[in-house]
Amino acid sequence: MARLNPQNVELAREIIARYPRTRSALIPLLHVAQEQDGWVTDDAMEHIAELLQLTPAEVLGTCSFYEMFKREPVGRYVINVCEGISCMLMGSDELLHHAEEKLGIKAGATTEDGMFTLMGVECIAACDGAPCLAVNYRYQLDVSNAGFDALIDDLRAGKLAGEIPPHGTTTRVRQQTPAHRWSGKGADGLPKIWVQL
Amino acid sequence: MRTEPIVMARFEQGDAHTLEGYTRTGGYEGLRRAIELGPEAVHAEVEASGLTGRSGGAGFPAARKWSLLAPGKPSYVVVNGDESEPGFGKDRVLMEVDPHQLIEGSLICAFATGSAQVFLYVRGEMALAQERLAQALTDAYAAGLVGKDIMGTGVDIDVVLHWGAGAYIVGEETALIESLEGQRGMPRLKPPFFPAVKGVYMQPTIVNNVETLSNLPWIVLNGGAAFAAMGVNRSLGMRMFTLSGHVNRPGNYEVELASMSFRELFTDPAYGAGIRDGNQLKAFLVGASFPWLFEEHLDVKLDIDEVQQAGSMLGSGLVVMDDTTCAVRAAWNLVRFFAHESCGKCTPCREGTSWLEKIMHRIETGTGREDDLELLLDVGDNITPGLAWPPKQTTICPLGPSAVAPIVSSVHRFRDEYLLHIKEGGCPRGRH
Amino acid sequence: MADTDPKVDKTTVTVTINGTAIEANPDELLIAAAERTGTYIPRFCYHPRMKPVGMCRMCIVEVDTGRGPALQPACMLPVSEGMTVDTESDVTKKAQDGVLEFLLINHPLDCPVCDKGGECPLQDQTLAFGPGESRFIEEKRHFEKPIPLSPLVYMDRERCILCDRCTRFSSEVAGDPLISFINRGNETEVNTFPDDPFASYFSGNTVQICPVGALTAVPYRFKARPWDLDQVESTCTTCSVGCRVAVQSSSNRLVRYLGVDVDPVNHGWLCDKGRFDFEAIGSDDRLDTPLVNGTATDWSDALTKAADALEAATVGIIGGARLTNEDAYAWSKLARTVIGTDDVDCQLGDGLPAEVVLGMPRATIDEACAADVLVLLTADIKEELPVLYLRLREAVVDKGLQIVELSPTETGMTRYATRSVRYSPGQAASAVRELDGLSGNVVCVLGRPSLAESADSVVAAAAALLEKAPGATFLSGLRRSNVHGALDMGLAPGMLPGRVTLDDGRGWFSSWGDLPSSRGRDARGILEAAAAGQLQTLVLLGADPLADFPDRDLARRALDGATTVVAIDCFRTESVTKASVVLPASTYAEKAGSTTNLEGRVSRLNAKVTPPGTARDDWMIAVELAFRMGGDLGIETLDDIWSE
Ligand SMILES: Cc1cc2nc3c(=O)[nH]c(=O)nc-3n(C[C@H](O)[C@H](O)[C@H](O)COP(=O)(O)O)c2cc1C
Ligand code: SF4
Ligand code: FES
Repeated sequence: MARLNPQNVELAREIIARYPRTRSALIPLLHVAQEQDGWVTDDAMEHIAELLQLTPAEVLGTCSFYEMFKREPVGRYVINVCEGISCMLMGSDELLHHAEEKLGIKAGATTEDGMFTLMGVECIAACDGAPCLAVNYRYQLDVSNAGFDALIDDLRAGKLAGEIPPHGTTTRVRQQTPAHRWSGKGADGLPKIWVQL
Repeated sequence: MRTEPIVMARFEQGDAHTLEGYTRTGGYEGLRRAIELGPEAVHAEVEASGLTGRSGGAGFPAARKWSLLAPGKPSYVVVNGDESEPGFGKDRVLMEVDPHQLIEGSLICAFATGSAQVFLYVRGEMALAQERLAQALTDAYAAGLVGKDIMGTGVDIDVVLHWGAGAYIVGEETALIESLEGQRGMPRLKPPFFPAVKGVYMQPTIVNNVETLSNLPWIVLNGGAAFAAMGVNRSLGMRMFTLSGHVNRPGNYEVELASMSFRELFTDPAYGAGIRDGNQLKAFLVGASFPWLFEEHLDVKLDIDEVQQAGSMLGSGLVVMDDTTCAVRAAWNLVRFFAHESCGKCTPCREGTSWLEKIMHRIETGTGREDDLELLLDVGDNITPGLAWPPKQTTICPLGPSAVAPIVSSVHRFRDEYLLHIKEGGCPRGRH
Repeated sequence: MADTDPKVDKTTVTVTINGTAIEANPDELLIAAAERTGTYIPRFCYHPRMKPVGMCRMCIVEVDTGRGPALQPACMLPVSEGMTVDTESDVTKKAQDGVLEFLLINHPLDCPVCDKGGECPLQDQTLAFGPGESRFIEEKRHFEKPIPLSPLVYMDRERCILCDRCTRFSSEVAGDPLISFINRGNETEVNTFPDDPFASYFSGNTVQICPVGALTAVPYRFKARPWDLDQVESTCTTCSVGCRVAVQSSSNRLVRYLGVDVDPVNHGWLCDKGRFDFEAIGSDDRLDTPLVNGTATDWSDALTKAADALEAATVGIIGGARLTNEDAYAWSKLARTVIGTDDVDCQLGDGLPAEVVLGMPRATIDEACAADVLVLLTADIKEELPVLYLRLREAVVDKGLQIVELSPTETGMTRYATRSVRYSPGQAASAVRELDGLSGNVVCVLGRPSLAESADSVVAAAAALLEKAPGATFLSGLRRSNVHGALDMGLAPGMLPGRVTLDDGRGWFSSWGDLPSSRGRDARGILEAAAAGQLQTLVLLGADPLADFPDRDLARRALDGATTVVAIDCFRTESVTKASVVLPASTYAEKAGSTTNLEGRVSRLNAKVTPPGTARDDWMIAVELAFRMGGDLGIETLDDIWSE
């Protein structure tokens, strides 16, 4: 259970400054929290509420609406097997079934060693590569059973550590906007007192 | 028929996502030209191009949307990169492969509509798209192509990369705005909350799709007329389609509108190259939210009006089902999607789609009852009265009715298959 | 719903509802226009005092605006010229029945054990129009049965129909978004953040507006069935805002207060203090019999003892803000005529001089909300006058009211103030002098920002404000329930009933006979005199100086110093235990009369239950005392007071 660490508070402030209204930074900050701990802790939500001057209930309300935010610990690698229509047509049921056997867990569960969480998910927008999956949101297309096994073995052996960061990190690259290039006109003309309903 | 792509022009290039790769092939020239022309002239070119929205719905003319922008300061441009509809995968590759093109297009839109701020809303799960766009923006800022005093012209437009966290409904423009404001992504009722009048922070806002905006640099450089020379009527220019399912060559293809039939697209060796294993077609989707099309529609052109006449809508995700497909299972898959993605705001959608999903699940897995088919249609009717197309709705947004479309299509067309499921206690193909 | 009746003026539009043409204001919502003209459109999420969200979909009706009939939510649709509406068409009926069925498929239908049973819109709607047999054979949604959202409010998520009323109220009206929708779609529930209770001063309103029995109030749970309830309308006397309430009882026991929607004051809302305070009325601390030296006695004995103490001595009377206007009048008269003292004060050192409160140009709550600039020079409104806080907050959020707050510390209003000026106590006037931008219509809420701020300093600040903004008007910020009525009735040194000073009133009040010759002492003066042994009898008229006077030490010395302390009160307070004669009084909901709020608005109080034991109304006690002291107030009934 952790609040945001000082570095992330710094990052949070940077992100907040980009928006004409602070609450807009809520989802990005929840990602920062998830990146820090691998999931979104209650403490982090409370901390974010403080940073954005919201109530924790408001933060939870938003957080719990979105699929990607995990409110309990998950594996280092979250494997999302696509169950969308195109993947279903191309055999995602078999793939998911195979994945359950290979990992020894049911979809929705995490392996005992905390390495993998297996999920069946809705369409991930890679239908032309069906059946497909994503590991921590890194896409793998046209996945065969053998391909799945190789992927798991590689992940276990740490071979993909460079390509696939641990769960929570979606983007490893952040937009950098040097202060002198930032026009900051987005907030011009917005009413001063803003009570978000 | 034009086959030379517009938005996919740099797809084979390999380094289009880098600033160097992009500018080497004419990148940001459209923006430069736009600023020379001035906002009105850009608007006129876009109007002349006949460019319609590429999000894969009704196809609203882009220039007309911009004219609806209520005067007011500030106004915003929001790029809809939330692509989550089953079968769609075109915006993702556009963002991954050619992020600068999208940035340039958004800047042209902001410039033409007098906005100083663009929000680029990318679907949360698209990690690579986010990284590519973040890098592209960083580079473009550093190069003076975005932000303060763009290219030394005195034009100021900031672009902020924003990303979601997994919710299909956030693709709906008012839900997208709620989400961008840090809220639960629940749609607002239109009226009164038309984005062009009351959008982000209740200010006038333009929401356009990734592909729509990616066309702008080309249109500005080549002129609206050149774009309008492709296609007919409302179906002008080229458009991307994600072709998937039981075809031999699934992929993202950019084709000239109204120039090609579904049959050609599915069978042409340069495109789908035929149905797998030489099987017959059972049905195909033109968008998961819309009614299904069948064999008799294969000669319909990829033309907005023609598809509408055929009783559906020209979406961007074409999913081919061959005759080995279980219609109940396919429909259940789609209903499950919408039930899972309902935001929960409207009673009929929140309760109705889950109810439908439960009934479909029962039928597919063996506990269906004979009166279930009437029940499915009547529950559907309470979400979308009359079960007509285009849909009427008892809901705020069209997501609820979208869950009914596959049921109506499949029950009407494949009633026997449903009855067989009910009689035999489950799917005769035995997959569940 | 009192507010759905806007003045229909000439610039109206004509709308046809079920074949009948009606006139409506162009911005009026269809649901309200229809209701105003006699067509009730069913609804769950719509509430006239909150922004419509159009999400329950119960109010969808067929509307034709020239492009053919289409289903539209009446709660989101402003009327327009030529609109035709059919609330009874087959399409409308089918859609509404469909929504109702959807709401019921996951509803537990446990009406027989539900607090709301008998007054539940969902139940009513189902009985009136709903489908019979359920076609839903699947398992219903399950949640753990009622969970506490706070010590006062419980939530049964299985009954909840997700109408967004409570959540909207908490964020939009109360500004305390401590409950929220959690999760998505069919799994959505209303809940708090873990271990962060719904601690809002206004939480009880959510129970009142919940259209089903999902939210229940702990004090009311299982107490009564709606059909056993008896009710009268009255006014809340917890503070001086004077919210209208419906007082409900069951077998002579108060069980529930509900806010009543009156346009100028509370818009239907109550604060939790006001809503749940009735618990105290039946509490063990209630006085139900007279006491002399701590022992129960009969009225005759106690009144004689009290009369003796009042007759033979110099007398000071403090308190009176708890009284009705009628009580206050009787006591004012008793003091000035029979007892012959002007040492009366209904304020306990925390108020403002009566002349100032009564003499300043007054503003109403509506006027304060509509001001160009609202200056706050008073204590924390959220704490002291909670429903006024709601009104002002709404004016800020919805209408852009500009608030300038002058306060030594941060208050509940600070986040809504355009500007908050911090100053040190005593410096109020100079802080006012430094304000700029006081143009247009300026209204000031005037009270005591803190006890460290003397009344004189506040008066000087008010004067400074009038110099800068000569047209400024004032809304009193004094908090005690009927302090304004008590001041009006002359329960203040130097004042007589009708906002007349003692000196000016000698002529007017000739029928009262001889009046005290000079202006008396205020509460502090009275207590100081008592402490110094210069005042033999101290009357506590519903006052508890030991707990309530800013200088507790002085209060203690005063009670010790007085020869006799006579207390007239409802509760066994700390000060009451020191009194030698105690006369039990009836309270709110037990007596009729009137009360005056901080705007000067007079509203009626009605009796719902009988007082405990032999407790009686304060005015009767005054009449009895006068009689025993050989005088006659000339009052036998409440009507007599009004005719005077
Ligand atoms: C349920 C629903 C989901 C949608 N999802 C998307 C989406 O993922 N991407 C998108 O661009 N538009 C989506 N839309 C359409 C948007 O509301 C909006 O019309 C579009 O972004 C406008 O862009 P365009 O005019 O450029 O096509 C969706 C609409 C609905 C009703
Ligand atoms: S139709 Fe469904 S998804 Fe759309 S607003 Fe209503 S509940 Fe949400
Ligand atoms: S009352 Fe209109 S949608 Fe709920």
